[in-house]
Amino acid sequence: MSTRTHQDLYADGEDLGAPVFTASGGDWDQIAADAATLGEERIVVNMGPQHPSTHGVLRLVLELDGETVREARAGIGYLHTGIEKNMEYRNWTQGTTFCTRMDYLTPIFNEAAYCLAVEKLLGITDQIPQRANDIRVLMMELNRIGSHLICMGTGGMELGATTVMTIGFRERERILRFFEAVTGLRMNHAYIRPGGVAQDVPAEALDALEAELPDLRRGIRDLENLLLENPVFKGRTVDVGHLDLTGCMALGITGPILRSTGLPMDLRKTDPYCGYETYEFNVVTRDSADAYGRACIRIEEMWESLKIAEQAIARLRESEGQPVMVADKKIAWPAQLSVGADGQGNSLEHIRAIMGESMESLIHHFKLVTEGFRVPPGQAYVGIESPKGELGVHAVSDGGTRPFRAHFRDPSFHNLQAASVMAEGGLVADVIVAVASIDPVMGGVDR
Amino acid sequence: MTHPTHPTDDLPAEQSEDVARAAGEPVVVGRRVGMFGPSSGGDTSGYGGLQRDILFPGAADRPYGGYFDEVADALERATGPAYTEGVTVVIDRGEMTLHVEREHLLTIVSALRDEPDLRFELCLGVNGVHYPQLTGAELHAVFNFLSITNGGRRVRVEVSCSDEDPHVPSIVPIYPANDWHERETWDMFGIVFDGHPALTRILMPDDWPGHPQRKDYPLGGIPVEYKGATIPAPDTRRSYS
Repeated sequence: MSTRTHQDLYADGEDLGAPVFTASGGDWDQIAADAATLGEERIVVNMGPQHPSTHGVLRLVLELDGETVREARAGIGYLHTGIEKNMEYRNWTQGTTFCTRMDYLTPIFNEAAYCLAVEKLLGITDQIPQRANDIRVLMMELNRIGSHLICMGTGGMELGATTVMTIGFRERERILRFFEAVTGLRMNHAYIRPGGVAQDVPAEALDALEAELPDLRRGIRDLENLLLENPVFKGRTVDVGHLDLTGCMALGITGPILRSTGLPMDLRKTDPYCGYETYEFNVVTRDSADAYGRACIRIEEMWESLKIAEQAIARLRESEGQPVMVADKKIAWPAQLSVGADGQGNSLEHIRAIMGESMESLIHHFKLVTEGFRVPPGQAYVGIESPKGELGVHAVSDGGTRPFRAHFRDPSFHNLQAASVMAEGGLVADVIVAVASIDPVMGGVDR
Repeated sequence: MTHPTHPTDDLPAEQSEDVARAAGEPVVVGRRVGMFGPSSGGDTSGYGGLQRDILFPGAADRPYGGYFDEVADALERATGPAYTEGVTVVIDRGEMTLHVEREHLLTIVSALRDEPDLRFELCLGVNGVHYPQLTGAELHAVFNFLSITNGGRRVRVEVSCSDEDPHVPSIVPIYPANDWHERETWDMFGIVFDGHPALTRILMPDDWPGHPQRKDYPLGGIPVEYKGATIPAPDTRRSYS
């Protein structure tokens, strides 16, 4: 039942001098009827933070004039978990376990950006083994496909197309299966570590991935066929959520939104890392600067990512057996896990060595695992191209075994600033399309 | 768009050493006591009396190497006295940091955006860092800029202020992109950005006391019991740092 009062129940019962409706679910007809009796055209609606089409816990305060949005404000912070603060109380390696949970749809990117920043601080960027870089590229590109699939899937669902969602999640599952085979986890991997990666990619996992790729391709093709020429989808997205290049520059927007204005800005090309300069791929752009253009870009980027992934797989086939961790024993994690007879990961050989053969190895293991390595004092900034734009990490070290400060410039955080600009002057229904085309993930926005 | 390179990529070998050499006299930012092991409890290592300075890279000498000299020259041409009085250049790990006095911040930042030779179109936000031991400059606001026109050049601007007077001019009038990020830095560090259109908390609730990312703000947490043993809260655990 909805209640009609003059008090805002969520602000200590403050009297607002205007009617306040509090919705409790399933009572929309009654609220609409009550509101109609007021004869007031301009109303303020709180959309979210618990709303199925706000991508998590985003709160939008919309001032509506009939169906038209006059003013839109985004309220964030509902998912703030203090990850950056927590990282200051863990060692540098443990940091990956925290930052992977920020933008939970792009865990590999969070880890990669953080590790690249730590490696820059350590001055070992050039010493990362080739195989580790190729694994990083493979994992990142698959993760990009996964993130774009969710963006398209949930975006479709918000438009009312559940098939789009099921295709998106179904296809992403193929990628998650590979991630699980390599890292042990579907999400929150903590797989990329300062100095390399935690585990080598087993050849069987690559076989399984290659067996999945044709299906994944078909799935992406399904999505493309279902959406891009679909009159309903085009009707909802063409010329909606417009933001031109000037707006993007002013608001610090990067990623597919920036590329939908026609600017081929992609850090993988302009500021390559992890050896991206050696891969063959194109930067996808559109010049429509609207939600439809962004959808096209995301779909085409998935094809480009598949191209990169294939090149990476070929390289990994060739470099089998090569190291995946930096050679410096003062930094490299001391052991690699192998799957035992019980199906659990363990490093029996390493345990045998440190427990039975070498006291020094035991001390070294103990020091590195409990205390961690020290990072020379200073600061570094690294930006990488996440599926949503520039994901930057600013890391500061005071020479200790823990980050003095690690700050993440999450692309969703900046991009979400554009929500008001895209929504104002449009219809209420277009707010959802605009927000979906920004593809914000609140875990990353609030951190 | 030209193809950008790492600042030292296209330089002959002796010049890329310049970039390393450009790092000047290091600056002491703190003191580290002891060698290893927990700081609480008795010293069993025998290294507990060791004291070492924490050294941050200091003001660099010309030539800076790479594109850094061009950036510095263009900025000096554009801003004149503001540059000579208010800017200290630090080159470290292939990155350029401009330490700017806060009264000159807006002049420098406007030039970074508007000067044709600089054209840093994107401001990648501001981040706070709290150095409690640096009396008079405890709070630092660090801005990162990216130039797309000049092929992915990056520059960092660092401004400091004291705990007693935590004011820094807002660059939102120049880079609107910084709106939310300045609110976040106010929220987390208590740096007041003068001239910001609506400096309110953004991640923490509006009535939250204190600024959580400051070093004197406790992490919190409770001890957890597991199978009879108690694991202390993270900030009360043994620290090796």
